[in-house]
Amino acid sequence: MTETTYAYAQGDPHRLRGIQEAAVVHEGPAPKRIVTAYGFWIFLLSDIVMFACFFASYAVLLRQTAGGPSGAQLFDLRSTAAETAFLLLSSFACGLASIAADVRSARWFQAAMALTCVLGLGFLFLEAREFADLVGRGAGPTRSAFLSAFFTLVGCHGLHVSAGILWLLTMMAQVFAKGFRADILRRMLCFALFWHALDIIWVAIFSVVYLIGSGT
Amino acid sequence: MLGKLDWSAIPIDQPIPLIAAGVVLFAILAVLIWAGVKGHYPYLWREWITSVDHKRIGVMYVLLAMVMLLRGGTDAIMMRAQQAVAYRSDGYLPPEHFNQIFSAHGTIMIFFVGMPFVIGLMNLIVPLQLGVRDVAFPTLNSVGFWLTATGALLVNISLVVGEFARTGWLPFPPLSELTYSPGVGVDYYTWSLMISGVGTLVAGINLVTTVLKLRTRGMTYLRMPMFCWTTLASNLLIIAAFPILTATLAMLILDRYLGFHFFTNEAGGNVMMFMNLIWAWGHPEVYILVLPAFGIFSEVVSTFSSKVLFGYRSMVLATMAICIISFMVWLHHFFTMGAGPDVNAIFGIASMIIAVPTGVKIYNWLFTMFGGRVRFAVPMLWSIGFMVTFIIGGLTGVLLAVPPADFLLHNSLFLVAHFHNVIIGAVLFGAFAGYTYWFPKAFGFRLDETTGKAAFWFTLVGFYATFMPLYVAGLLGMTRRMQHYDVAAWRPWMIAAGVGTVLLTVGVALQVVQLFVSIRRRDELRDTTGDPWDGRSLEWATSSPPPVFNFAVLPNVTGEDAYWRVKEHARQREFDTREPDYRDVEMPRNSPTGFVCAFFATVMGFALIWHIWWMVALGGVGAFATFVVFAWRDHDEYLIPAADVARIDRANLAARRAALNVAGAAQ
Repeated sequence: MTETTYAYAQGDPHRLRGIQEAAVVHEGPAPKRIVTAYGFWIFLLSDIVMFACFFASYAVLLRQTAGGPSGAQLFDLRSTAAETAFLLLSSFACGLASIAADVRSARWFQAAMALTCVLGLGFLFLEAREFADLVGRGAGPTRSAFLSAFFTLVGCHGLHVSAGILWLLTMMAQVFAKGFRADILRRMLCFALFWHALDIIWVAIFSVVYLIGSGT
Repeated sequence: MLGKLDWSAIPIDQPIPLIAAGVVLFAILAVLIWAGVKGHYPYLWREWITSVDHKRIGVMYVLLAMVMLLRGGTDAIMMRAQQAVAYRSDGYLPPEHFNQIFSAHGTIMIFFVGMPFVIGLMNLIVPLQLGVRDVAFPTLNSVGFWLTATGALLVNISLVVGEFARTGWLPFPPLSELTYSPGVGVDYYTWSLMISGVGTLVAGINLVTTVLKLRTRGMTYLRMPMFCWTTLASNLLIIAAFPILTATLAMLILDRYLGFHFFTNEAGGNVMMFMNLIWAWGHPEVYILVLPAFGIFSEVVSTFSSKVLFGYRSMVLATMAICIISFMVWLHHFFTMGAGPDVNAIFGIASMIIAVPTGVKIYNWLFTMFGGRVRFAVPMLWSIGFMVTFIIGGLTGVLLAVPPADFLLHNSLFLVAHFHNVIIGAVLFGAFAGYTYWFPKAFGFRLDETTGKAAFWFTLVGFYATFMPLYVAGLLGMTRRMQHYDVAAWRPWMIAAGVGTVLLTVGVALQVVQLFVSIRRRDELRDTTGDPWDGRSLEWATSSPPPVFNFAVLPNVTGEDAYWRVKEHARQREFDTREPDYRDVEMPRNSPTGFVCAFFATVMGFALIWHIWWMVALGGVGAFATFVVFAWRDHDEYLIPAADVARIDRANLAARRAALNVAGAAQ
């Protein structure tokens, strides 16, 4: 018996020998909750890749102010700090809502989600005020490539928060109408992941755009 | 009320697009009326349009790809014909029309032929190969397909309403900016790709999650068929690369719609940023298309050589190496940018390095054939044709990866010949191999061999006759996308390429004939065993076509080439006659969400192109409402009782046992 046929008879035609056994024994398809959350994680990764492009374009165009104002002349760190506080607190509230969903407390869930919503709206209000102020001072996105990149990066995050609030309200209505059904709980898990991911992106925006930008 | 849209959008003065559109509209209407008269609508709605079955969706993807192949192929014929006659003459296509044709040809062939073809085959086969009942997110799968179809529809609407981009298949600024392209052509391009890009991303997420989280018991990573590995790699690339396309097109849209300055000439915009971003997506895109094709060849070569795939581990490594390196070579698309010798050298070397794992694969396929009992069925012919053709394309690619050579050949027909050499030679041949190989699995009967072989030979010879002259013309200095030319030396090569196009067209026509012939002869070509090619992986372990739940009992995998092992076992001893423990099967219910959502996406895309803002809002609200309605439904699954499962599976097992006994007796 040649080595090949021997290996084949042993059920090891690729001669993987121990590698096969070393791999974790696979138990079959994962449960739905795992699959859903996993898929959503992958979506978030792709979303972060998209943000990475906007970050990259911002970095490339940072000095292209075309004679217009630069970040140091425009950014108001106090307002941005307040935005950060709103968004991080809303994430805390979102965490409370997740716990409330885990213990199936509809009242706490609705209260925590409402708080998340209010804090998210507060963030959006401050951001809108900042944008309106910039446009009013002649520093709108059409002024220079730098401002185009700035408005796109920050605005894209703002659009995500807005979409998140629409989703949040839908979740509240769903839990109100249908209760904590398994599929609704899975959606809630995805929503929480989404909301927290927006925090991560905001932290990057705060550091890269505002902190560094206000110094230069 | 209707934004920029008025009667001047219809190109009444141009007979060619109007006649083409008339023919297409007539064909669509004829099909719709025929389906209505025959009463097929309820069936189509129930079984196909609202289906969330991965097999049905896979078939619809492939069908979309094949229809669009005819459209993109027509563009190709027109271009070759124009260049064959346009020596010291204007030919028959005015420049603005010619420019739209080459833009539409590339856009359609990459986004609406290549992508749906490979995604369709992955959708159809990967869950079967993994031994599971569906993909991870069945309804999203349907959404993804219908959004891709929306993109294709918008591109085709541009034929009659307005115009398509004249900027090439990638809309390079500043040409694509509002200043130089004030029409709606670029907007048709950007919005159809934005919408179909969402569809592609959804498909990518779905397939990655399926491969990583939904394998049957015992299906460890190193037992997966090669096609599953390449699917994983390709979809990882989709997830990492398509957001770059979305972001880049979003920037271009902002420039065009709201006066931003990402890529404009004024106010600090940076044109080369567009090149870098678009190719950071564009190069991985090449591998998104070709990796699944490599997977198909691995399956086909192994099956038709009746041998285990040579160097499985090195194949896995090569696939994943390509997956990573494909993100490190984008700059070779514009060595002429002037990044300097150091940068160009790094990207040139990286481009040569990526040829190494590809070479590993070629050797693996050759060694799989070596010493095997090779059967020259049609899928195998495509695979061998691929190996020969792709090596030539790969070598010219390595040549182009040398920056000094690239400076001479950049934007020449040599480049055009090179990328058609790899894309036709690998992606299209792979798609055709997969189509012929898995057709019996999808429909229960094989495709006709005689017409299939004729189609292969016409396509292969037609390919060489068309594109080898383009290499020569490129070396003679002919640049791409010329509406007419004055150099006598180029002319014979253009005429030769035109003749080659005729052969290619015959090849494609023969595949259409093959389909009709096969449907007529379907009773003779019937596959009763579920395993027409003596296959090795789990898709052949179920009937053809498979029941909606694929497997009555999820298989337990004990090694590579899972189904081959079952057959070996059965041949050596006897067929396992123990009745499996049948249980009720839960399957996802059909849903019109994908179709309705795509309807609103079409409305929204069209409205965005023509600046009809109220209609944009309508489309957006409609799409959101569709999802809310979907989220509100109470029953998302239905139950197939164990008795039905057992009845269906017993028939399958009986057919299989008979086939194996015959095979066993013959040995």
